[in-house]
Amino acid sequence: MQNRPFLTAFVSPAALCAFALIAALAAVFQFSLRAYIPGSLDPGGLTLDNFIALTKPLYARVFLDTLWICATTALCTLAIGYPIAYALVRTTNPFIKSAILIIVVTPLFLGEVVRTYSWIVVLGNNGFVNSVLLKLGLIERPLQMMFTHFGVVTALVHVTLPVMVIMLAAAISHIDPDYERAAESLGAGPIRSFLTITLPLSAPGIIAGVTTAFAWTFSAFATPQLIGGGQVNMVSNLVYQLGFASFNFPFAASLSVAGLVLTFAVLALVRAATRPLEAVTAH
Amino acid sequence: MDSRGTLRAIGIAIVALTLAFVLLPALVVGIAAFNARAVLAFPPNAWSWRWFAKALAYDDFRAGFRNGLIVTACASSIALLVGAAFAFALDHYSFAVKRTIEGVLLAPLVIPHFTIGLGFLILAAQLGAARGFAVVVACHVILVLPFVLRSVYISLRNLDQRFELAAASLGAPPRRVLTSVTIPLLAPGLVSGWLFAAILSFNEFTASLFVTSQRTQTLPVAMYNYVREYADPSMAAVSVMYIVATAALLAIANAFFGLGRVLNVEDAR
Repeated sequence: MQNRPFLTAFVSPAALCAFALIAALAAVFQFSLRAYIPGSLDPGGLTLDNFIALTKPLYARVFLDTLWICATTALCTLAIGYPIAYALVRTTNPFIKSAILIIVVTPLFLGEVVRTYSWIVVLGNNGFVNSVLLKLGLIERPLQMMFTHFGVVTALVHVTLPVMVIMLAAAISHIDPDYERAAESLGAGPIRSFLTITLPLSAPGIIAGVTTAFAWTFSAFATPQLIGGGQVNMVSNLVYQLGFASFNFPFAASLSVAGLVLTFAVLALVRAATRPLEAVTAH
Repeated sequence: MDSRGTLRAIGIAIVALTLAFVLLPALVVGIAAFNARAVLAFPPNAWSWRWFAKALAYDDFRAGFRNGLIVTACASSIALLVGAAFAFALDHYSFAVKRTIEGVLLAPLVIPHFTIGLGFLILAAQLGAARGFAVVVACHVILVLPFVLRSVYISLRNLDQRFELAAASLGAPPRRVLTSVTIPLLAPGLVSGWLFAAILSFNEFTASLFVTSQRTQTLPVAMYNYVREYADPSMAAVSVMYIVATAALLAIANAFFGLGRVLNVEDAR
């Protein structure tokens, strides 16, 4: 192979990493089909009991809750992320561009724990929002925002906003502003030209952003754990609790497998549902 | 004012409000960190630096910081070597299972971190491996690899292959072309890929919670345990240090590499 001098050396480490990931996922899958022996860390024989147990109302509820939280988070993030992404791409002032970029992107790199803790300080009963509202006399008792869906979704929107903005901005930056100008010179108002030109052309970014936000929210652990405080449980919290509080690793594994299947099903569904849209924007 | 001006004003207001939403938690934590008393109050009645001193002296944070540095240094460097080599192969060669390996390596972008963490935990237990640094590093390599791969691959796409062809036609053997043409031209992409990987690894929490033990816990895990047990503003002080350090790193990265280009939100032109 004269023209591929480093093929083996360059591909085999990556292949090894891919193998490690597959082995780890296979381990989860294998554990999900094993019986739980109370008091033992070793799993028992093959069984489908774990998956049958998943249909209990308690667990089905957590799955529905998780889906609901993921969907609301993804859509809210899209709604507040779009204007920012548009401003980021279309502003001509380099200082404003850098400022928006750094402000929006920094939370992406902060990690879930710091961000979640910050939101506890903002949303808590003697937190920032309640203190301000009490001082202004707008409320008499602190609003309960911790341990609620509202609190969890607010913090999760903050977590997913950077990646949403990055994906939307990437799509918007590929739209030639001349298209908008052309529409407007033909008499379309700014709202009409946005709705008929910019928005449809940015569909690939919207789809990528929403699916990624969905997957990331599904993956969130610290936020529902600390802000949900046991009142709002997501699949991740249940997996951790089963693994480290009851040492029921087989059941934790089956929850993970079900979660993985669900994530991929939702992603595939979104892709399929939006394929006609992508066909429109392909040319 | 015409309708265009009104729309513009509304747009600016929306963007300003959203930026305020993004900044709010960081600002509030900044205030809370300097509160002299242990109980949250806005505005604080008295100010103090003492939580910073307490946080810096707290053993778990110190150990977590040290462990985090070890894991991050190993994981991001290994990920850079593996990712850059594979990105080069992806860009230059065609071979069987190319797309399969790429697909598997990019999968951690959508697979929940708790699933990957659980997988490595079970795998380590089944192989009889101790829950030491090796497992944590392996897990982090897999998690940050997609970002390195993407960053280096974009740089390779923007690289003019004629430089390599010219060097080869002048008689440079493949190894020489790689070390004296390709790698120097790729340097910005390699550095930014490594920086990305390092920041993400240092901050990774969910999978780390599964694969670390008391001995190997990284800083985010130590912070999580602290928040669960104590409510004093030491955590706010650590958060402030974290936020300042991360923002500074990003500002440096922006000045040197142009963050917009790295993140692919503006044209490379």
